[in-house]
Amino acid sequence: MARFITVRLAHAAGIVLLVATLTFFLLHLAPGDPLTGVGEYSFIPPEIVEQQRRNFGLDQPVYVQYARYLANLGRGEFGYSFREHRPAAQVILDRIPNTLALAGAALVIAFALGVLIGALQAARPGSRLDDALSMATLTLYSMPVFWLGVMLLLLFGVNLGWLPVGGVVDQAAYPYLSPLGRLGDRLSHLLLPALTLGLVGAAVVARYQRAELLDVIHQDFVRTARAKGLSRASVFWRHAVRNALMPVVTLFGLFFPLLLSGAVLVETVFAWPGIGRLAVDSIRARDYAVVTALAVIAAVMVVLGNLIADLLYRVVDPRTRNAA
Amino acid sequence: MRTVLGRALAQRRVRLGLALVCTLCLVALLAPLIAPYDPVTQLDLAEGQLLGPSAAHPFGTDFFSRDLLSRVLYGARISLSVAVLSVVLSVTIGTLVGLAAGLAGGLLDNVLMRGVDAALAVPRVFLLLVVLALWDNVGVGGLILILGLTSWFDASRIVRGEVLSLKERDFVAAARVLGVGGRRIALRHLLPNVAAPVIVTATLGVGQMVLVEAALSYLQVGVRPPTPSWGSIIFEGQQVLSSAWWIATFPGIALVLTVVGFSLLGDGMRNALDPRSR
Repeated sequence: MARFITVRLAHAAGIVLLVATLTFFLLHLAPGDPLTGVGEYSFIPPEIVEQQRRNFGLDQPVYVQYARYLANLGRGEFGYSFREHRPAAQVILDRIPNTLALAGAALVIAFALGVLIGALQAARPGSRLDDALSMATLTLYSMPVFWLGVMLLLLFGVNLGWLPVGGVVDQAAYPYLSPLGRLGDRLSHLLLPALTLGLVGAAVVARYQRAELLDVIHQDFVRTARAKGLSRASVFWRHAVRNALMPVVTLFGLFFPLLLSGAVLVETVFAWPGIGRLAVDSIRARDYAVVTALAVIAAVMVVLGNLIADLLYRVVDPRTRNAA
Repeated sequence: MRTVLGRALAQRRVRLGLALVCTLCLVALLAPLIAPYDPVTQLDLAEGQLLGPSAAHPFGTDFFSRDLLSRVLYGARISLSVAVLSVVLSVTIGTLVGLAAGLAGGLLDNVLMRGVDAALAVPRVFLLLVVLALWDNVGVGGLILILGLTSWFDASRIVRGEVLSLKERDFVAAARVLGVGGRRIALRHLLPNVAAPVIVTATLGVGQMVLVEAALSYLQVGVRPPTPSWGSIIFEGQQVLSSAWWIATFPGIALVLTVVGFSLLGDGMRNALDPRSR
């Protein structure tokens, strides 16, 4: 096990380095730099902009900048954000809690709803309920996540007026709310974005859960349990669902890329100040340091997600432990 | 192959998917004939802004008084052509890389697959945003090229896997014993056998690519206005959501129907090829 983890960690480090390199060169080979827009303001003399370029080493050849970037990265330095005039790491750290709240809530919705739907379907495969639900999950799965967000916004925010239309808190009222009121305000802002991301995730989980369950149902231990005289419902929920749940849990790790891509869109729809929205804004502003740092963080999360998935799988299914 | 096709068409869902996809192709081809107005003409800026659905404008009009139905119909052209062409490109690259990696093995296989791992570790939307936002306005052709070049990774993995298992089969060994060269084995013996999974991947891929293009256009880095793209129409609609619900709603429905069509078709073909996977 220890050897397995070491090999995989080394592998993961290699991938993260590749991603950092790829992003660095994509950014630096593209026309313009973080100061490009700045020079367009007539009140900043071009000499000053040039001076800034020299100060930040943006006039150096790409390979020199790359070497510096790697050296900094090795020391855990992510560089300086031109857009916000402070270290990139700080800019990102400020936004991470918002994205974690969104992704966490979405994960809970995705797994709770997905496992339930998948189980309901597999209980009576081929029934009308199964057909209807699988059409529903397919439709959800085929739905642009940002459009789902806009439609939920239209229904609950604009037409019914039940929920706020964007942001993390109600800027005007928040300072005057009681602690409980503040929590309520945060939750009411979180609900729609989390639901948007969670529903699409639920469709993925449900499809997987249904297939797993149908596999498990035909195995010998299920027949044995039935033969022992246990009721159909008890066998289904206590034996089959439990066993099918385990492979589904491993999906958890594979969810990271979906959540990250989803966060970019959902945060844009709901003006949610997380790292997805930050990515869009930083790329537009050519804020090199923030963009490369986000790419590295995203890659670390995806690679760790894969590793967690594999480890969970080994814990859940002892038969895979001996495979390298 | 005929029995596979028969098995696929025997499923009601596949027929539904096929009907959706065919309708969509017809709409895309015939857009100039069936659209009531020109999709980019601003009809009447004084009186015709943000009109709700009516007999004259079944889907209403947008902020610039353009007819939304016409824009959605023309949107099918953009959506389909971008998705289909970029998937053709990506599947071609993916198949070639997968064949090369699977056949060569050793160092080449290792290098190619580690590269694929790294590429898959970057969230797709993020990678595309970096490329598209930085190279300002690449046009529809550039968009197709970039989408194709950044989405062959999955296909290459699938083909490599197939090749690795096919390589050990007797008919390949027999061909080798008969002195058939590597390139000929790849093209005449392996390629036809990986065609089926590749076609399934491509069908599902078109649906996903429609979503990716829509997402990029929604983020204002894909197809640029005034060219009608479903994604950018939804973005425009969100700006006036409280006064004109129809603008964001109709292109989204078109998107869902399109992707559902390709998903039904792709899933159905996969089931037909491998009856166990149901």
